[in-house]
Amino acid sequence: MWTWFYRLASPPHFYRVAASLVPWLLWPALLLIVLGIWGGLVVAPADYQQGDGYRIIYVHVPSAYLSMMIYVTMALAAGIGLIWRIKLAHAVAASCAPIGASFTAAALITGMLWGKPMWGTYWQWEPRLTSELILLFLYFGYMSLRSAFNDLNQSDRASAVLALAGVVNVPIIHFSVLWWAGLHQGPSISKLDAPSIVFNMLWPLLTMILGFTFFFLGVLAMRVRGEVLEREFHSRWAQDVLRSTSIMEADR
Amino acid sequence: MTPRRQRMMLVGLFVAGVAVAVGLALRAFQENLLYFYTPTQAIAGEAPDGKKIRLGGMVEKGSLRREPGDLELRFDVTDNEKTMTVAYSGVLPDLFREGQGVIAMGHVDADGVFRAEEVLAKHDENYMPPEVAATMATDGQAPPATPPATDAALN
Repeated sequence: MWTWFYRLASPPHFYRVAASLVPWLLWPALLLIVLGIWGGLVVAPADYQQGDGYRIIYVHVPSAYLSMMIYVTMALAAGIGLIWRIKLAHAVAASCAPIGASFTAAALITGMLWGKPMWGTYWQWEPRLTSELILLFLYFGYMSLRSAFNDLNQSDRASAVLALAGVVNVPIIHFSVLWWAGLHQGPSISKLDAPSIVFNMLWPLLTMILGFTFFFLGVLAMRVRGEVLEREFHSRWAQDVLRSTSIMEADR
Repeated sequence: MTPRRQRMMLVGLFVAGVAVAVGLALRAFQENLLYFYTPTQAIAGEAPDGKKIRLGGMVEKGSLRREPGDLELRFDVTDNEKTMTVAYSGVLPDLFREGQGVIAMGHVDADGVFRAEEVLAKHDENYMPPEVAATMATDGQAPPATPPATDAALN
């Protein structure tokens, strides 16, 4: 039963499987994001308080959601790599970090652009904003710790410990708006009782979240392929792959 | 115990340990983490004297006023228990409304008036078109805030 799983953890097999997965992830991502942008900019009505200014949530909320989701993915992969000594898991964790850092930066920047006209300030040291900034620094710390070692195994293990330590920040970010009275508003869609957002504003947001998630998975698959190839550079299969692609390029 | 189980325990204990440590640290710093004081806290003198603090609450409906020939605005901030008058001269953010949340940075004067140097609007989590807000108001449900009617008073 577990053979397919162990096979997937073998780098050459994963390298091939991931290649065939990429179009199945990136095409839906493009479709969903185009649909979400159309819904968010055309279908969704203007807000009763913010007018058209609220429409930045169609980028801000998916980015913020992914910034946390990717961190959890990274920490899980790092934990699996530590416990089961699966190298592919470490490769996944390492590939997550730059993508997660980009989405964290996107969430912070879009939030600041919205904050200036609506709140009246770009930045306040309040719980939600501060904890999200700490998340960005955790990604930066993870990436620089990885590059601080020459030995790949050492680099994998040390960075995995940091990834696992930082995971406590994720629930802090999520609940910061409920635990402490700050400036950032509370959750609109993750609570189940009375809807805080009307349907025509909600579905483009959910579409964008799904589209961004597909985009992340597609980019992750591409990045892990590169990471695996680099790690296995001296192995037979990697050399075969590199030789066949360079011949193809020479033929052109 | 296999080495793998041992590593699993180690990772589990490590994450739990970090979580407990951070949790205790946050509890210990609870007071320092306080982003703003409510009017009740400010009137009771819980805020440090003479220091700059943030005051947070709702802008009471109909309380926004300006003396003729003066740039200073005054409005009342309430937490539904106590109310404090805020004096401010400056630009208000787009989302500043009567009935909406607000956070003012400044200090409490001897006369009990809060002199604000900066006023920030605190948005709520409701998103809806104006028509829905109007329907909610006529249905007898409290609308989350007054529509931008305060602009007239400001201009």
